[in-house]
Amino acid sequence: MGAIFRREVLSYFTSPIGYIFLAAFYACSAVSFTNNSLSHGTTQLDAIFGELMIILIVLIPILTMRTLSEEKKNRTDQCLLTSPVSLGGIVAGKFFAAFLIYAMGVAITLVYAVIVSAYAEPDWTVIAGNITGLLLLGAAFIAVGMFCSSLTENQVVSAVVSFIVMLALYLFTTIGEVIPVDFIRNIFPTLAAWQVTVIVDVVIAAVAAAIYFAAGRRPNTVIIAFVAMLVVSGLLIGGDKVPEVFAKLSFWERYYGFTYGLFDLSNVLFFVSAAVVFLFLSVRVLEKRRWA
Amino acid sequence: MIEVQDLSKRYGDKKAVDNISFRAEDGEILGFLGPNGAGKSTTMNILTGYISCTEGKALIDGIDILEDPIKAKSHIGYLPEQPPLYLDMTVKEYLNFIYDLKKCKLPRNSHLKDICGLVKIEHVYGRIIKNLSKGYKQRVGLAQALVGNPNVLILDEPTVGLDPNQIIEIRSLIKKLGRNHTVILSSHILTEVQAVCDKIIVINEGRIVADDTEDNLSRRLSADHKLLVRIEGPSDKVQKEILSIKGAISCEPGVTHGENVREYRVEAQEGVDIRRDIFRKMAEKGWYILEMRSSELSLEDIFIKLTMGENVPALDRTDGGAE
Repeated sequence: MGAIFRREVLSYFTSPIGYIFLAAFYACSAVSFTNNSLSHGTTQLDAIFGELMIILIVLIPILTMRTLSEEKKNRTDQCLLTSPVSLGGIVAGKFFAAFLIYAMGVAITLVYAVIVSAYAEPDWTVIAGNITGLLLLGAAFIAVGMFCSSLTENQVVSAVVSFIVMLALYLFTTIGEVIPVDFIRNIFPTLAAWQVTVIVDVVIAAVAAAIYFAAGRRPNTVIIAFVAMLVVSGLLIGGDKVPEVFAKLSFWERYYGFTYGLFDLSNVLFFVSAAVVFLFLSVRVLEKRRWA
Repeated sequence: MIEVQDLSKRYGDKKAVDNISFRAEDGEILGFLGPNGAGKSTTMNILTGYISCTEGKALIDGIDILEDPIKAKSHIGYLPEQPPLYLDMTVKEYLNFIYDLKKCKLPRNSHLKDICGLVKIEHVYGRIIKNLSKGYKQRVGLAQALVGNPNVLILDEPTVGLDPNQIIEIRSLIKKLGRNHTVILSSHILTEVQAVCDKIIVINEGRIVADDTEDNLSRRLSADHKLLVRIEGPSDKVQKEILSIKGAISCEPGVTHGENVREYRVEAQEGVDIRRDIFRKMAEKGWYILEMRSSELSLEDIFIKLTMGENVPALDRTDGGAE
């Protein structure tokens, strides 16, 4: 793991990616700092940290797009996977390298705090909470980006997909609110929720069966249909609870508290477990490729 | 030591490797011979733990690659078909990375220096790999496999992209390494395998066509009894004269080169060397032998030969080299 970590950190600076990421991060956060703090004459930095999340959604994909996809494209994964290192070690080494570069970017916010402290004493505990929150959010985003990178050989595809996924995670609350559960419910206004669910599932199963036999009996069809049935059933039975569940999973809702100085342990655990889950999934993708 | 038992790999319906078993002892160089797509690289990828097998077992120094992959992998040096190089690193950075990756315990500087000396890349040590020629990239790939002095070396077409001088150097290096390592190398070139390997396994469409240990392949594949002779003399008489030699089975006239000069493809009974007789006969008649050589077997010839046993049809290709 150590060797991979060192090589990755080095590679961020032998290629332009490390410089681009850091320069863009510094520039964007500085604009935000000037607008929200300096021009308003306030020592409160929480607005900056709020805006930084949007910036991360654009910049983290740049940081993570090549991590696993490039290895596969250049066949250097043959070197890593045949060396005496575990898959977990490979993924962890790459994750911590990306995280180090990211932390170098986040460190700039300390400079802003120091600048502000020349005018009036800022609330240091709030700032500490802000920075912790930003680091946790970044860790989760990097894991998401690496997972997207493990799925493809193409860096651009990897970057675009991780951008979309991160945007979705950011907008989860809104997505939960606009899912048209009521629309399906209202087709059969007299039936109970479970009855509607059964009907919809049967329809999905029928369509999937038709596709399955028409498109050459691919097992993927079965899996996709099964997942679709699970999701739709969940949404229909969940009913009014759906927006609430989505809001609980929204990265923005979880991160929001940190910017106001609320240090909630459940939010910390949420980001840590999100990072662990996506890293674990990346390991599984690598493992699965071996068994293909 | 490498031991492979009933190894199979299936991609969907297609069997890439079909029930392969073989053994390579310490200090032995095993050659994998087969055309493109025969399953050579797949077998090697399974042995090194890069992909899994569907059935069967692969043991590296007695350790199962699937049961204890990390320990087994620490015994292997692997040069894949395309050397796994990080193009934006220098050779020095790359080899140091590999050294760390393999958790090598040997003294770093002297060990890396030794390896660079072996594959002759000292003078490109500080250069970025991207800018090296294909031959040098191949050698850096070989150096990478040698880091940590692993007991088992698996080399997938190690001489591809090298010029003739380098090929000879690398072959002699592999021979040297073969004295105290287990080496498996793959190739689609018969002469290469014959020049380097102690033992040959011929593989086609995922199956072992022939295993040297069983039927002494190298003797059967030697083509001393099949000659290509270019003679200056009257064509029909020359043919008759050659056929009258004891042991000669057939003599087919081939391409003519100017007046009175013609090539003949001569086949003798297996194990009978008729070159001296041809020389004497021609000398007696006052005709000139301008050229005489064993006709090389192409891979197709080998498969025909191996699958058809002794009833080998006459070769109908002039330049049978597989290159």
